Amino acid sequence: MTQQNRIDRRFARLREEGRKALVTYLVAGDGGPENTVPLMHQLVASGSDLIELGVPFSDPMAEGPVIQRGHERALEFRTSLRQCLEMVREFRREDSDTPVILMGYANPIERMGAERFADAALEAGVDGALTVDLPAEEAGPLSDLLRARNLRNIFLLTPTTSEERIQAITRLASGFVYYVSLKGVTGAGNLDPQAVRENLGRIRRFTDLPLCVGFGIKDGASARAVSEAGDGAVVGSVLVSAIGEARDGAAARDAVAEITGEIRTALDA
Amino acid sequence: MSDQKPVDYSAFPDAGGHFGPFGGRFVSETLIGALDELQEMYSRLKDDPEFRAAFDYDLAHYVGRPSPLYLAERLTAEAGGARIWLKREDLNHTGAHKVNNTVGQALLAKHSGKRRVIAETGAGQHGVATATVAARLGLECAVYMGAEDVKRQSPNVYRMKLLGAEVIPVQSGSKTLKDAMNEAMRDWVTNVDDTFYIIGTVAGPHPYPQLVRDFNSVIGREARAQSLEEFGRLPDALVACVGGGSNAIGLFHPFLNDRDVKMYGVEAGGEGLASGRHAAPLNKGVPGVLHGNRTYLMEDEDGQIIETHSVSAGLDYPGVGPEHAWLKDIGRVNYVVADDQEALSAFRTLTRKEGILPALESSHAVAYALKLAAGMSPDQNIVVNLSGRGDKDIFTVAAIDGIEV
Repeated sequence: MTQQNRIDRRFARLREEGRKALVTYLVAGDGGPENTVPLMHQLVASGSDLIELGVPFSDPMAEGPVIQRGHERALEFRTSLRQCLEMVREFRREDSDTPVILMGYANPIERMGAERFADAALEAGVDGALTVDLPAEEAGPLSDLLRARNLRNIFLLTPTTSEERIQAITRLASGFVYYVSLKGVTGAGNLDPQAVRENLGRIRRFTDLPLCVGFGIKDGASARAVSEAGDGAVVGSVLVSAIGEARDGAAARDAVAEITGEIRTALDA
Repeated sequence: MSDQKPVDYSAFPDAGGHFGPFGGRFVSETLIGALDELQEMYSRLKDDPEFRAAFDYDLAHYVGRPSPLYLAERLTAEAGGARIWLKREDLNHTGAHKVNNTVGQALLAKHSGKRRVIAETGAGQHGVATATVAARLGLECAVYMGAEDVKRQSPNVYRMKLLGAEVIPVQSGSKTLKDAMNEAMRDWVTNVDDTFYIIGTVAGPHPYPQLVRDFNSVIGREARAQSLEEFGRLPDALVACVGGGSNAIGLFHPFLNDRDVKMYGVEAGGEGLASGRHAAPLNKGVPGVLHGNRTYLMEDEDGQIIETHSVSAGLDYPGVGPEHAWLKDIGRVNYVVADDQEALSAFRTLTRKEGILPALESSHAVAYALKLAAGMSPDQNIVVNLSGRGDKDIFTVAAIDGIEV
């Protein structure tokens, strides 16, 4: 029997309150490593329910131009996986409640060693991981290590994922499911809420996990439209873009507060 | 000793695309549907007689195969040992082995009914080979090329444009081949309904390493038959350069189960292995995950992919095909290096001794073959894959000589 972790507790609470989750993404180290933890606290203060901390990688194959540049900016400071874990540990000193997952690519984890990574993640106060280029076929070993530590393994589902795959993936998945609302890379446009609704219905037949929708959500209206049939919305590119344009850490926090606040208000309305 | 059955090399990859611990399919879920579709189509067509016949026809009449196996007598005399035979892939249409693969993948693209093909390219050879088959089939074509490479390889950029392709300079990351591959993947995942991605080497997610190998294996099949015809037995050694590794696996694969045939894959030593400025992941890298497969990579202590260096743009890649990673670990193939200076020297030697201008990539293989032959006896035979012609490289060589062409 697995015990609840922060992710489960948060979604349970939101469900009770009849509210949708707001999941926010930023790249660790973007705009300078010293600004990341304050930005995380700002996201929470402005209404974020769960933080996806992007682990910078030199070759972020699934990202659109906005988040790619976020990775590049973070790498100018040589932000490493080890530092990302350090940031979560620091975040936890003031926030023991908000779930944090690490979102990144397989190679930095391979380099650290999957078992060492899982131990370090647990120890730092991480609640789960979404490794973009570890599909269900390749995710087994890391999944087992995470599960053994009561950490959640978040997977992507897409409009093209077959029902057979949905079943296989949701068997491995825990915490929540990240539904990619459209074909393409992060930050793409042309969201179709009707198609999202149909696809979430298809996924819902196979799992009780919370379903959060990401890719293409730019503001409160689009967040609200896609989350109606699901349990939450994931917002990334619009935040990373604002952080990239901000002249310093304080300006980045202001911009992030405004965007997050607007989406929170729309989701709760 | 061991009563283990010997490995049957033809049985790899497994159903998931693995070569031992290497290969596989490390991509975002967003790409899985497209890869499944490709894999399904390829497994249906690869043994289909009609498809095979169409491929063989194009290889014979469009590419100009078989390519000769040429005894380089003056090169042999220069080395003073084993006889050196050159497998003349440089004589193919478009001047390199790359076209074997693009002709094959173009047939797949045609079967898929998609109207557009995309490719990544480093030096531009694969881009040209893709633009060529796209022109022939009337397909729209976009080629991703690192902005740095666009500057360095302007003749090939113009060639692609003449062929009707759009060349898209990639500004992200290190602005080289690896970034071009990232960008092509992003295009593919966005436009998958009407776009076929023609990968140029034996890397990438399953099934690409398998299908690119299969299309290039015509090199080794021919070389095997030609060896038996020319000198009545199999070669003692095979030598090929390895960047991603498509020409090498093409030559090696049909010989893998011939245990007496030694094989040497030659990586780019750049300014020397000790300098750190090279492109030799099999010699100096570590296993990791990039571009959809697990293989040996050049990376830093944080797992970030690092820049590579080689005088030859076609070998300038931080990864290598997963089958090579596996063949290294199980000891079937020896992976060695030739550095920039050795390659340039071999480039000049082959040009002067045989009247054949080799690509700088292939010059790495020639450089190692000269050393290897010297230590072998005159009744032995080495087959070197002369994977491409060197006309594209005369500007690079001239610049090194301080000459403006």
